Amino acid sequence: MKVLVAVKRVVDYNVKVRVKADNSGVDLANVKMSMNPFCEIAVEEAVRLKEKGVATEIVAVAVGPTAAQEQLRTALALGADRAILVETADELNSLAVAKALKAVVDKEQPQLVILGKQAIDSDNNQTGQMLAALTGYAQGTFASKVEVAGDKLNVTREIDGGLQTVALNLPAIVTTDLRLNEPRYASLPNIMKAKKKPLETVTPDALGVSTASTTKTLKVEAPAARSAGIKVKSVAELVEKLKNEAKVI
Amino acid sequence: MAILVVAEHENGAVAPATLNTVAAAAKIGGDIHVLVAGQNVGGVAEAAAKIAGVAKVLVADNAAYAHALPENVAPLVAELGKGCSHVLAPATTNGKNILPRVAALLDVDQISEIIAVESVDTFKRPIYAGNAIATVQSSAAVKVITVRTTGFDAVAAEGGSAAVEAVGSVHDAGKSAFVGEELAKSDRPELTAAKIVVSGGRGMGNGDNFKHLYALADKLGAAVGASRAAVDAGFVPNDMQVGQTGKIVAPQLYIAVGISGAIQHLAGMKDSKVIVAINKDEEAPIFQVADYGLVADLFEAVPELEKLV
Repeated sequence: MKVLVAVKRVVDYNVKVRVKADNSGVDLANVKMSMNPFCEIAVEEAVRLKEKGVATEIVAVAVGPTAAQEQLRTALALGADRAILVETADELNSLAVAKALKAVVDKEQPQLVILGKQAIDSDNNQTGQMLAALTGYAQGTFASKVEVAGDKLNVTREIDGGLQTVALNLPAIVTTDLRLNEPRYASLPNIMKAKKKPLETVTPDALGVSTASTTKTLKVEAPAARSAGIKVKSVAELVEKLKNEAKVI
Repeated sequence: MAILVVAEHENGAVAPATLNTVAAAAKIGGDIHVLVAGQNVGGVAEAAAKIAGVAKVLVADNAAYAHALPENVAPLVAELGKGCSHVLAPATTNGKNILPRVAALLDVDQISEIIAVESVDTFKRPIYAGNAIATVQSSAAVKVITVRTTGFDAVAAEGGSAAVEAVGSVHDAGKSAFVGEELAKSDRPELTAAKIVVSGGRGMGNGDNFKHLYALADKLGAAVGASRAAVDAGFVPNDMQVGQTGKIVAPQLYIAVGISGAIQHLAGMKDSKVIVAINKDEEAPIFQVADYGLVADLFEAVPELEKLV
């Protein structure tokens, strides 16, 4: 089956972000950018499905700026066969991204679309579910295990109370959680080979997709800082403070 | 126009997260309608009708809505939400699963995990793992919102007397089926609702050593959580994870044991009233947010703490 995997370019997870002085957003100038960690898990799962002989072709898709080609090249180095960039300089909301992905799904007709459950910049946790709504496909979100069984997909999901398993009709949408797999690193020969793999660029306009948004960010602020407290010398002192000073036990 | 709140329920009872979500709806202002969707949920609907401030309870009782499959529940919520000013659900795994699907069906953006209501159309929400707080304004005809429960004090579960109305429409997409679930069984309080949380990290060494935390938690009436490192290492199951992508908690007292304090863990607990950190590494970042830090070997400190509380 053909597998589509979505990747997002985000600030690297090791970067400690700072809010801009004018409160217009987060300062991303000269900051290291990477593939969103949940998207790395999505790519890895697609590659494993191909290694098992379940997936026949992996198409990596990004919706973002020209520079998102870097993340698509990473996906190609990890094992994707070809890539599509829906190029836009605007910062799109999840619904617009889902609409762009829907247009690509219509064209490519994959049996399975794998996305990260959330991006670590906007922390929205929406795109996969929205894509499922727009395509009318079943969704297996927060997946910790994915198994193709005939014409069904069994997805084990991480839920608040533990784990839940659902059986989905194919085609289906899956979003990844942390325990689905441990992504590999791209090898140098594969990074070199990835440079020759096809990467196609389209625009939302060419796909006939509206990027209109119903949400406006008015300001972005640093959170209220929590100041460090005191160090206690012993367990006895800790208990005394919790009982008499903080009064929480 | 009414505000539709999608109720979270389990084992025939209204989940506490519903009460925080109703509190967020009350801040927005308007008639609050609560939707209870599921199978054999008459008892849940009756309980929901008693929640303070609720004007009406809509109950959709059908086999198609059992296990809250989003393929079936989202069209129902979208249908009922169409005429409302807002649709709210708690930012539980269930709410996060269903509500974006509803937003897309209504062709509007969703606003995720609000922590404050500024006005009828303006909300605050954390981004970048809580390292920044965005104030966002929505022009959507129906504002679809998930609510971070720690941002809103629960309304009273008793005191209301809302009318209960059955919803006839059945959406059965036939695209998904429930296979099974493995739910953690615990006599301890639920992590996100507990007044005291004791959490362990990689420093615990292995899953067996969590017994020290369970003993302390039982003495304090606390819930037990874990850092992502402890869950990834297989010490404890995923439902115990506290952090940006796990559970968000804000108890009166949070005791972090053997947890270094990675950004993504802090995102899940830094709104706790009092934070205690026990770690043998005095440079651990967790001490920068702790009200009380104890630099000690946890295997000596935790049993001693259990004796003294």
